[in-house]
Amino acid sequence: MTQHALHPADDLLPRDIPVQLIDPTGAPVTDEHFTRPDNDALLRAYRGLVEGRRINDQANALVRQGRLAVYPSSHGQEACQVAASQVLGDRDWLFPTYRDSVAVIARGVSPADTMTLLKGDWHSGYDSHEHRVAPQATPLATQLLHAVGFAQAAKHRGEDTVVLALCGDGATSEGDFHEAMNFAAVFHVPVVFFVQNNEFAISVPLSRQTAAPSLAHKAIGYGMPGQRVDGNDVAAVLAVLGEAVDRARAGGGPSLVEAHTYRMQAHTNADDDTRYREREEVQAWIARDPLTRLRTYLTAEGALDEETEAALAAGAEEIAAALRDALNADSELDPEDLFRYVSTTRSPQLTEQWEQLRGEIDRSIQPTGGH
Amino acid sequence: MTLMHDEPRVEVDAPVVQTMTMAAALNRALADAITEDPNVVIFGEDVGALGGVFRITDGLTERFGEERCFDTPLAESGIMGTAVGMAMNGMRPVVEMQFDAFALPAFEQVVSHVAKLGNRTKGALRMPLVIRIPFGGGIGGVEHHCDSSEAYYAHTPGLTVVSPSTPQDAYSLLRAAIASPDPVVFLEPKKLYWSKGEVDTSLTAELGTARIAREGTDVTVLTYGASVGTALEAAEIAAEEGRSVQVIDVRSLSPFDDATVTEAVRGTGRAIVVAEAPGYVSVASEIQARVFERCFEFLEAPVRRVTGFDTPYAPPKLEHWYLPDADRILDAIDSLHWDDEEADAS
Repeated sequence: MTQHALHPADDLLPRDIPVQLIDPTGAPVTDEHFTRPDNDALLRAYRGLVEGRRINDQANALVRQGRLAVYPSSHGQEACQVAASQVLGDRDWLFPTYRDSVAVIARGVSPADTMTLLKGDWHSGYDSHEHRVAPQATPLATQLLHAVGFAQAAKHRGEDTVVLALCGDGATSEGDFHEAMNFAAVFHVPVVFFVQNNEFAISVPLSRQTAAPSLAHKAIGYGMPGQRVDGNDVAAVLAVLGEAVDRARAGGGPSLVEAHTYRMQAHTNADDDTRYREREEVQAWIARDPLTRLRTYLTAEGALDEETEAALAAGAEEIAAALRDALNADSELDPEDLFRYVSTTRSPQLTEQWEQLRGEIDRSIQPTGGH
Repeated sequence: MTLMHDEPRVEVDAPVVQTMTMAAALNRALADAITEDPNVVIFGEDVGALGGVFRITDGLTERFGEERCFDTPLAESGIMGTAVGMAMNGMRPVVEMQFDAFALPAFEQVVSHVAKLGNRTKGALRMPLVIRIPFGGGIGGVEHHCDSSEAYYAHTPGLTVVSPSTPQDAYSLLRAAIASPDPVVFLEPKKLYWSKGEVDTSLTAELGTARIAREGTDVTVLTYGASVGTALEAAEIAAEEGRSVQVIDVRSLSPFDDATVTEAVRGTGRAIVVAEAPGYVSVASEIQARVFERCFEFLEAPVRRVTGFDTPYAPPKLEHWYLPDADRILDAIDSLHWDDEEADAS
């Protein structure tokens, strides 16, 4: 393994106040270190936000209609999700969680394929290699280790792939979070850990996950830089994540970015968030909404007009309509799939079990009264 | 050293036929696999300079470099989880879990990801990795060093679970495990690491197949791992008493070789299952049930199990009472509803 220099401690500590480049009113903020992305990049991000918000709304509606079993909404976190996709190059990989459907879609996976898992047709509905997106992980923090191993393999072969691994604040309490940080730092691999701190792990608040000054402060304990960013400011997330990705690609090793954001809706549609938080608290975050903030900024810059806005809304509507149509269509499900993918070679036992099920299916579809 | 996916494969060390310990056979299998396939990497705790606490990886770092065999931080879930990511990215990791009970922190990664990723992605992401676990007792180890955890793995769909009982199988099965596109839990009987036997490195073994360890006509003993030796010892004694005992080393706990086992038990009409693990809800229970389902009309007596007791693994000074020995196997054989004529005739 390559030896690497130890960092001075001061270089590893995050800022006391999260990096911000556009404030909640839409006004630009000057930063001594981070440069605001240009208007083209921000317009591209804005389109992602509009589409992401529409997809979240559509998915929630599809749960109510019984077309999705469940949907973990990222309403309010779209800036994190869109930026996570936008900072990656074609050869880079994204390791998302169940709440990161908008990031997966922003990476090019079709919304319908992204929802396969939630619809119940199969577990992961897209080709990971085609889009360089790992299957969405449900167990917390386990995918962070996969991201590290993936990056280790890339480094082993001399490829300049960067891996961006997503998790939430709850996941930082898991042992695998610690092991992933530690392995990544010890082996100095090109991974960026991106924590979307949305304040709640289902019902449990951040104060019950950690007593640290911030989640980004944990990085110094592993010997990697940590940074805090306003997770509802897509310009800041793009800048901070972009720098972390660039550093990883240049051989600078892993880093940890904590985005301060908020889960505006319940954990999933099965959750009742009125039992653990006050309505006023949620309302207060509306003023920090990532969409309105960027819209105000781009409009003031003259980069966004009503015509463009309408076109973006129409595009998002098309995506939502396609998702709706795809999920309203009856799925063609093949019961043999149960046995087909357990391992590369089907065991004699599974062959017997498939024959048993096929017999049951054949009997069940015989016309009644036929014998 | 940079190694590409498409780097041409090179010849392994020239095949040999020689007597060696199981530990040496495993070491040779790892060395040959590393030589043959540039995507094979070996890692775990103490596998580098030390060569593993049982010396199975002895000399590999020295010979092949840290890129191919390296020590990790002390964290089993980390070892397993990073192996998953490497396998996703085209490598063939072989990880060592040091002792069976130490593998438990990695259990979530094994069950939720190693075993399932191929299934979750309809085969798009393969998991060609091997989890080497020194398993079982009989070495006087203190607590957490002698467990038999095979039932946990064999119960998990998607995992191939094998255990060798001879140096030849140790070599051939480990080569097969590393070459497999699917994840393999490779259980190494600690007690047998220093047992010797002839190894022909040109021989292959097929995962999923049982091996007839001894021919016999009166009763079939179905077993695996270190218990194979105990069963063979019992068979020797039984032979002196006029009973012909067949011993099947089932070798592959999942998938299970029903064909070989069924044919064997139908031939003798009597069977016992021997294993070190507690018998309750065990691999031994599963084998017993399968034999009952497939051989009932051929059986002259109930299929019995001889297993460890349903207690946590014994302290070193009590383990000789815990472990199934030849006497316990012989007692079980004696209980199988023999009639004198049949015993005399055999």
